[in-house]
Amino acid sequence: MVGAFQDENGALTLGNLDALTSEAALTALKGSLILSASTAIIGALLGALLAYLIVSMPPQSLMRRSTLAVSGVLAQFGGVVLAFAWIATIGPVGVLTKAMDDLVGANIYGSGWLFGLPGLVVVYCYFQIPLMVIVFAPAFEGLRPQWREAAVNLGASTWDYWRHVALPLLLPAFLGALLLLFANAFAAYATAAVLVSQGQPIVPLMIRQAITSEVLLGQANVGFALALEMIVVVTLVMVAYNVLLRRTARWMR
Amino acid sequence: MRHSSGFRAFRAIGLLVFAAYFFIPLLAMFDFSTQVRGSAEGRTWDNWAFMVTDEDLRSSIVASLLLAVFTVVLMVVLLVPTMVWVRLRVPRARALIEFLCLLPLTIPALVIVVGITNVYSWVTYLLGDSALVLTFAYVVLVLPYSYRAIDASLSGIDAATLSEAARSLGAGWFTVIVRIIMPNITGGILGAAFIAVALVLGEYVFASLLHFDTLPVAMAALYKSNGPAAMAAALASMILVAVLLVGLTFLSRDRHKQGASS
Repeated sequence: MVGAFQDENGALTLGNLDALTSEAALTALKGSLILSASTAIIGALLGALLAYLIVSMPPQSLMRRSTLAVSGVLAQFGGVVLAFAWIATIGPVGVLTKAMDDLVGANIYGSGWLFGLPGLVVVYCYFQIPLMVIVFAPAFEGLRPQWREAAVNLGASTWDYWRHVALPLLLPAFLGALLLLFANAFAAYATAAVLVSQGQPIVPLMIRQAITSEVLLGQANVGFALALEMIVVVTLVMVAYNVLLRRTARWMR
Repeated sequence: MRHSSGFRAFRAIGLLVFAAYFFIPLLAMFDFSTQVRGSAEGRTWDNWAFMVTDEDLRSSIVASLLLAVFTVVLMVVLLVPTMVWVRLRVPRARALIEFLCLLPLTIPALVIVVGITNVYSWVTYLLGDSALVLTFAYVVLVLPYSYRAIDASLSGIDAATLSEAARSLGAGWFTVIVRIIMPNITGGILGAAFIAVALVLGEYVFASLLHFDTLPVAMAALYKSNGPAAMAAALASMILVAVLLVGLTFLSRDRHKQGASS
């Protein structure tokens, strides 16, 4: 496995990095970064909210345990099946599209936004939010009730408690989870491959085109170069993640 | 902690909104899969039956299930002896093994495919081009998850004492691993196997880019000609995976309970 990567580095020295600065590659990189960043932020905020709602339930309640279990399942749920599910919902003849059309006469399908970058944002959030719940719920559980009692004893209002105690404690964990979601969205491929059949708005689809193209020969090396670009981005994110994790660990003892 | 009634109402509404976001697509999929082709009226189960009657789809389902079985077997055969060996004999190598096993998690699957295409042209040349050769790639892919599951349960037992006791009674290493260690970490192995099956059944990146016909690839192709049948197959595989993963959470909870009581 590691050997396979060194192979491709050998090919890179022949000079395919030029292709990375081409117009199409830059657009794809920008698309990928926007997609990953926006789904990471939306997923993290909504996921944190959902995690808080779940954690605020009593620990033994069935509702809490089952929502956590369902989150675990949905976070793994991606790829082809997920793309199908959304096409069935808000695709051209999707259930929700039809219902909205019948009830209020609104056309939520529009001109096919589901199959472009905005559609990918909605679809990616489907697995980003549950992932955030799994990653972030332990952080909420780590907030000890004693800290809140201590703050209230010292005369803090609810707002003061969140502003000066809870948020600073949760922030490193939140940022770490954000980076994890970013890497997750950046690496996702299957869902996008099924949804988007024309154009290459994001890097993974561009790699697909480069290594499966039958029209342009000799593109495989460009695919390697793009893959290297992905590794660089993911490595940066992971290094940042580890640094944050070390900071978080101080409070999780 | 007591909550005000306002907060309770907010929580209920919030949970409902999230539930709608997560379950409407699934229900839509089910609705879609029972429709008659060509938007005619009425409901039908034909699309679900299509899974069994259609030759291509059936062979891809068989291929995917076989792949799952082979991946699990190969993963257990490779991982368990290695981990036991490392833990007992070369503890220094543990960090290295852990790093190697977690590596596929950080590298995007797509990048691995790009790197592995050259290797696979040799593999298919030597072993034929059945979809089952994907087993080798999938073992790598499930490593991070199975490693964690097995590592957790292996830490829970005193492997060193157990194996020394068995060795002093005249057992060979094979007997130690198969008859002493493995029965003790069944929970971990089962968990690893579940998650491996779930991953293999949904894996699309490797199969599609290396041109093998597994279930997800066949579904994606089928969708272009017969949408509802593809939806039915997708929903069926999704339900199977969900059952496996929920089973996994129950399994791990049982393990926690055991740990707490003993």
